[in-house]
Amino acid sequence: MRERKSIFHNLDWYLVGFYLLFVFMGLISIYAAVYNPESPSILDRSQLYGIQFVWIMSSLLLATIILMLDVKIFSSFSYLIYGVSMLMLILVLLFGKVISGSKSWFHIGGASLQPAEFAKFATNLALASFLSNLDNNLKTAKTVFIAGFILLIPTALILLQNDTGSAIVYVSFILVLYREGFSGNFLILGFVTAILFVFTLMVGKYLVLGIIAAITIVLFLITQKARKNLFTLFGLFAVIVAFVFSVDYAFENILQDHQKERIEILLGKKTDLKGAGYNVHQSLIAIGSGGFAGKGFLQGTQTKYKFVPEQSTDFIFCTVGEEWGFLGSSLFVFLYLGFLVRLLYAAERQRSAFSRIYGYGVASILFFHMAVNVGMTIGLAPVIGIPLPFFSYGGSSLWAFTILLFIFIKMDSYRLELL
Amino acid sequence: MKSNYSKRKYVIISIFLVIGLVYLLRLFYIQVIEDKYILSAQNNVIRKETIYPSRGLILDRNGKVMVANHVVYDILITPNQVGRMDTLRFCNLLDITKVQFIELYKKARKYSPYKASLFVGQLSKEDFAYLQESLHEFPGFFSQKRTLRYYPYPIGALNLGDIGEVNQREIDRDNYYSSGDYIGKNGLERFYEQELRGQKGIEFVMVDVFNRKKGSYKEGKYDTLAHPGKNLFTGLDAELQAYGELLMHNKLGSIVALEPSTGEILALISSPTYDPALLVGRKRGENFNKLLNDSLKPLYNRALMATYPPGSTFKMVNALVALQENAITPDTYFSCQGKSSQPIKCTHNHMTPLSLENGIQQSCNPFFWQTFRNILNNPRYRNSHDAYEAWYNIVKSFGLGEKFNSDLMFESAGNIPSKAYYDKAYNGQWNAMTVRSLAIGQGEILITPIQLANMAAIIANRGFYYPPHLVRAIHTRENLTKSATNKKTVSVDRRHFYPLIEGMEKVAKVGGTASRASMDSIVVCGKTGTVQNPHGRDHSVFIAFAPKDNPKIAIAVIVENAGDYGGTWAAPITSLMMEKYFYREIRRKEKEKQILEADLIPK
Ligand SMILES: [Zn+2]
Repeated sequence: MRERKSIFHNLDWYLVGFYLLFVFMGLISIYAAVYNPESPSILDRSQLYGIQFVWIMSSLLLATIILMLDVKIFSSFSYLIYGVSMLMLILVLLFGKVISGSKSWFHIGGASLQPAEFAKFATNLALASFLSNLDNNLKTAKTVFIAGFILLIPTALILLQNDTGSAIVYVSFILVLYREGFSGNFLILGFVTAILFVFTLMVGKYLVLGIIAAITIVLFLITQKARKNLFTLFGLFAVIVAFVFSVDYAFENILQDHQKERIEILLGKKTDLKGAGYNVHQSLIAIGSGGFAGKGFLQGTQTKYKFVPEQSTDFIFCTVGEEWGFLGSSLFVFLYLGFLVRLLYAAERQRSAFSRIYGYGVASILFFHMAVNVGMTIGLAPVIGIPLPFFSYGGSSLWAFTILLFIFIKMDSYRLELL
Repeated sequence: MKSNYSKRKYVIISIFLVIGLVYLLRLFYIQVIEDKYILSAQNNVIRKETIYPSRGLILDRNGKVMVANHVVYDILITPNQVGRMDTLRFCNLLDITKVQFIELYKKARKYSPYKASLFVGQLSKEDFAYLQESLHEFPGFFSQKRTLRYYPYPIGALNLGDIGEVNQREIDRDNYYSSGDYIGKNGLERFYEQELRGQKGIEFVMVDVFNRKKGSYKEGKYDTLAHPGKNLFTGLDAELQAYGELLMHNKLGSIVALEPSTGEILALISSPTYDPALLVGRKRGENFNKLLNDSLKPLYNRALMATYPPGSTFKMVNALVALQENAITPDTYFSCQGKSSQPIKCTHNHMTPLSLENGIQQSCNPFFWQTFRNILNNPRYRNSHDAYEAWYNIVKSFGLGEKFNSDLMFESAGNIPSKAYYDKAYNGQWNAMTVRSLAIGQGEILITPIQLANMAAIIANRGFYYPPHLVRAIHTRENLTKSATNKKTVSVDRRHFYPLIEGMEKVAKVGGTASRASMDSIVVCGKTGTVQNPHGRDHSVFIAFAPKDNPKIAIAVIVENAGDYGGTWAAPITSLMMEKYFYREIRRKEKEKQILEADLIPK
């Protein structure tokens, strides 16, 4: 029988500190983004910042509750939590409300809830539970298949809601799988695939094929080994040729027009400043015009005068970039990296595989969100509507990220025990 | 249990750090190195608004406003700021079709996607009121207030002129203008463009994404004030101008009325004329083309541009030269053989021989032929060519054969043939007989109606004139223009005018060639003329001034195709103009009716 300890015992104050700092910075940014001179109080609940303040307060309450729970329930009930979460995803498909094209919201009373946000920590728990079982080894096809299945169910359900952004987040679990023994070749394969994909679309399939063919011939001529493995070499070449053609085909025939357009804009092949490119263009202007030191708090003209759409949610980073300049945005990047590295450090020190895997899941999800969200505002990632954790306005995402993080903080405070 | 894959944490950390580094470099590039985003941000937010000053007014001599301003609104477009909007509703508010909308959009985009240009111009206050409330729903569109010309009286179109959008040539010539600005195109509007236009102001305002104004940029640090245009105080008499236009209705020709003592133009009428309001607003282009293609040429300012052989009216100039050159005296008598006179026959029946006074009264051709012959055969000169030179110089001092260069647009110079011209035409072999038609104002000599009026003013002044001009003062009534102070003296002594004026007085009295010009209590001095017209009926000409002493008005009237003798139409019109000017009302209703009902336009 464990003795009952204070909820602050062994708590990682760095992680808690980062969390508090981020929600505070987020609130300030939302305040600046939707600032209304007639209601300057940050607590004014008729304004978005007043509502976000309530979400933050309730999130802190939620965090405290998690810290007070018995740490065992996360491992014991992980599959149950996962099951309930998947059920919610199905229910929202049946009874949900369509908001901006996605059927992913529950309307309960005055509040809206997005089950996809909560599915992240549930999936993370289930995956951690499954992989921490010593019988399961990612070198076996069976384990890979089941792990993939655990990830595929929420991905598929969220895709069915037409919420591509939230579904793509599950790609981030590849880092967790890699950490737990999944072949690194897949990571490289993924990377090479991405490079080929981008190049095929940017310079055209024939040029890419020409370059690949040239490399193959050079390899064939200069290396003994290649000549011996003639079959492998030409097999590989054939696969690449097939891939390049399928990318081209998929792009032209399978992707929807608006998806195609977003990718083309990202690759610089198209500069339509009216339609899909408008958000990114305005976002770049806002951040770029911040200069080195920024325009100052509440002084961002692009922010104040609403030139960037969805500025309190997906494009919240613009406010940071415009009003605080390069100083502020680089500080943001450093803080976020510090936070992620601290998460990995904390994950690695876990005695139990379950909490380590969960910790990696948390770091991977938060990293992916940050990379895609900030990348999109500075024109390095396609426009995928996912929030910047702890910064973006929205109750569901703040609650879900708080739960995601604080479950790990709770686990971490028991890091010396086997869960 | 420690995993075997612990070292893989370094790969994962590296991925995080590499992405972080890439983002830092990208942020450094867009925020610190690249400037274009700062410019784009300013383009988004800062709107340069031109503040158009109100254009100067044009007033008549009694303070009546002849050209005023009224407010209209232009809708401008910045094509690359146009966003999603209810196009159909916008079209309805502007009263245009969707097809027109697309055309206008393309035109603006072709001009510049970034710069604002005119979309739909000149909405009235009432039309704009509907649009104004919802204009912010249409990103990329905004309004600009401007003033249009407004004419309280539909008169004086050619004198006042008109304004229109600047063309490329005008923009190239003066960088004050930019596309869509207005500039004086004709008349006073053009001549006094610099004074009337004032100085544009610039205001930098900040707008939000819906183009709603959010305040001035940097507290107006870069703004400049607009200075209103200056008013023009003309010498025109709006009532007289209106009455003259009325009298000339259904007639071709012109009336020029001057105040002799100042050279101010009281009325300048070219008929047919048009309502100046036709060349204002959205229909300007269409109406202009209609006027341009009108066979009666209403855009042609006959009073300034049409040239005629002055006929008998020129006999007075010859008389003055003769007196000045001592070729005749007031007591010189010449005989007249009536219709059998040689080389020029007389068209009147009168006593003979006769003196200058009666010669003028009867407009006796033989009298003036003999006068002219005396000028050219003057013993003062070696030969008639030198005498002609002297004649020529005195005639030129009357402002004939050249432009006045005051503030009149598009004057003709007319023509006084030079000695060199005749030398060439007759190979040096010519004399008084050769150029005899000059004696009675025919031949190569050409004079415009305004020169004719000025001739009357010179006689009224007994020897001097101010070049006829429309504007007396600018900005304030005391600030006189150059033309208003440019006194010229003719090369004929004052004393020689008196016998001439006695003759002119008789012309207007019963028994003279223009007895129709007489008024009861004011002594009118006049001279008839007939301009031979090879294309149809002759033109009727009359010049006059009144009163005889201390004259207040000098007039020239030309009625084209009016038939023989100036007395028929030009004299009664002159008489009615004078009545209007002196009494402000017409008592001779019968006479007026006769003129108003006359239709002398050749069919
Ligand atoms: Zn006679």
